[in-house]
Order: sequence, then C-alpha cells, then structure tokens
Amino acid sequence: MAEGLGVKTSDLIAALAADPQPRGMALSRRYVLALALGLTVSACAFFVIVGPRHDIAHALGTLRFDWKFVDTIALAIPTALLARRLLRPGAGTATLAIALLVPVIALGGSVAMELMMVPSDLWMTKLVGTNAIHCLTLIPLLSIAPLAALIFVMRAGAPANPSVAGAVAGLAAAGLAATLYASNCTDDSPLFVATWYTIATAIVAGAGAIVGERLLRW
Amino acid sequence: MAEGQAEEEWATKMRAALAGDEAVYRQLLEEIARSVRAMARGAFSRARAGDADVEDVVQETLLAIHLKRDTWDGGMKLAPWVGAIARHKIIDAMRRRGARQFAPIEDFEAVIPAPEPGDPHALSDAERLIATLPARQQDIVRSISLQGQSIAATAARLSMSEGAVRVALHRALKSLASAWRRVSA
Repeated sequence: MAEGLGVKTSDLIAALAADPQPRGMALSRRYVLALALGLTVSACAFFVIVGPRHDIAHALGTLRFDWKFVDTIALAIPTALLARRLLRPGAGTATLAIALLVPVIALGGSVAMELMMVPSDLWMTKLVGTNAIHCLTLIPLLSIAPLAALIFVMRAGAPANPSVAGAVAGLAAAGLAATLYASNCTDDSPLFVATWYTIATAIVAGAGAIVGERLLRW
Repeated sequence: MAEGQAEEEWATKMRAALAGDEAVYRQLLEEIARSVRAMARGAFSRARAGDADVEDVVQETLLAIHLKRDTWDGGMKLAPWVGAIARHKIIDAMRRRGARQFAPIEDFEAVIPAPEPGDPHALSDAERLIATLPARQQDIVRSISLQGQSIAATAARLSMSEGAVRVALHRALKSLASAWRRVSA
C-alpha cells in the first residue's frame, strides 16, 4: 500500500474538524512584520558596519545618486508584494509578475541615458567603478536578515513552486539591502548599478531559490 | 449556474468554519474530500497511474487545506484555492511514482463529486505515522480521530485545558504533515 497517514479519511476529517479556528496572527500580517523586522536588523547592521557615505548631503542633489534608489525601491516593492501573493494557492499572479518589469525599465532607461551622455571611452571606467567588491559583499550580507525573516514566515504559506517563491523573496531582500547599500556606495553611474547591483541581486535570488526549494516545500 | 452556487456555498461554509463552527467544517471537508477524490481519480487514470495513491492525495490535500487555511483569501471563491492545493498534491504524488509526463489535470471546477466509495485504508495501518508522535500528541490524535471524542472530553480525560488540547492537536497534525513529507520524499 502506498504511503499515507494510514488512517481512514473520515477519521482524519474528524481530527481536522475538531479544530476549525486558526490561531495567531494572519499570514499576510506576519509577512509584513517579518519584512519590517528583517529591514530593521539590516539597517542596524548597515549603520554599524559602514553607514551612509560622508558626502551624502551633496550626493542627494545629483540625479545619478537619487536614481539608484528609484532602481532599488522599484525592485523591492513589486517583488515583496509578489512573494506574498505566491503564498496563496490559485491566486492570480500575472499582474504582479508584470510589475517585475518596472525595475528593469527603470534600470534600462537610465543605462540608455548614461550611454548617450558619457563618451564611450569612459564607459568601462564607469562600469568597473571602485566599489565592485564592496557591492558584491554588502548587498548579499545585508540581505540575510530580510531573506531569513521572509522564508521563515513563508513556510506557513503554500507556494505552487517553492524555488520560485524563494527566488522572489531573495529579490525582495536584495532590493531592501541594495536600498541601504546605495546610500554608502560612491559609484552612481547606471552602468555600475546595472552590472554589480544586478550580480549581487542575482546571487541573493539564487540563494533564495535554493533555500526555498528546501524550506518552502509543502 | 449550479456550480457557481456550490462554490459560493463552499466559501460561506469556510467562513463559518474559520469562525469556529465544527459541524460546518466537517461537512465542508467531507464535500471537499469527495471532489478531490474524483479529481485525483481522473488525473491518475489519464496518467495510467492506477488508483493506489488516490486516497493518499485526498488525505494530503485535506491536511494541507487545514494547515494552510490561512492562505485562503476570504474574499475569494474557495474552489480555485482547493483545486490549486489538490493539483499540487496530485503532481507531487505522480512525481513520487516517477512519472515524467503529466496529463493535463482537469480543472477542479469541472469535476462532479463522485459518490463516496469504500475507504481503502485499513485501520491496521493506523499506527505507522501516528506512532512517531510524542505520547501526549498520539493520545490526543487517537482520541479525537479514531475514537471520535470531542476536544472537551479529551481535555477532561487528560486534565488539560481545551486550548492546550487544540494546540497539541494542531502541533500533531503539523508533525504528521512533515513526517509524511519525509516518508514520501
């Protein structure tokens, strides 16, 4: 005989029916709480380890610096919403999935502008920048707390595809981490952002997929 | 039209269940079990996979519905949510049997609940997974599921509060779900 609980279905129903009311906080609220907690831990770590760059007051007046936050927030918000939606079986996710194009458009548009405004012999210099290692270290590091918090609450959900759900949670965590890191990083060229931020984000999304595959199965 | 009404009824029943109505919840789970059984049987027969796993899928789906009922959006219909969970469990079961190709699984809404057949699970199997639980949880699960005791009666017998029995039952069901996953992985 195949595996199973080894009880009659009617007995199982009796056990389930004895406990109709779910306890505790609603899943969607726990999700928001986890997001806030993860971000808080990351922000504390960020201010302890590096903090914002010293010329931030001046940098805030420059479009390239400010646009980094457009990119990172455009990544964090739709992915965080999508990861939450993915926890509900049968829920439509198409609209939210399309919202994932927002960060791609924001980044792609700024890259196109940069390529037009900067002479081509400087492209490589802008792309390589001076903080690539920093970027590849700090974004994944600052993603750990939000990703762990998200995966923890997402275990109560029922994602149709656990590794996709984990990867999307990784994107959201990387979006939050990159928002923090962007205020430290002195490379503001969209060429730098499109290269190194993207690689860092891909690392976190890959980690999310691997962890999700293991921990989000149900 | 009739299908739409049935769906509406399911959502209403689920809302009543979530508000604490045990009788309605039991009735709803029985109806869901019949629909899922029909759906799984159809999927397995199209995949030429035989009927052996059908009741497992039904039980796994019921358990998932119970443990994940928080993921149902109360403003939505219930049937698509149940269907998505059942489909997930059916595909899982087929994958375990090594199937590489899955015949398309019929849409849940289109499935007409089949009459209840004899339950293929013999009681002699009952100990296998339940036996892996801690003693107190085993006692509570047996008392409520196999002996059909109420939570109140179980609580009185074990000198526990009803709340504590509910928590223990919930934990036991969660451990059963994960034990099941380990066994069938």
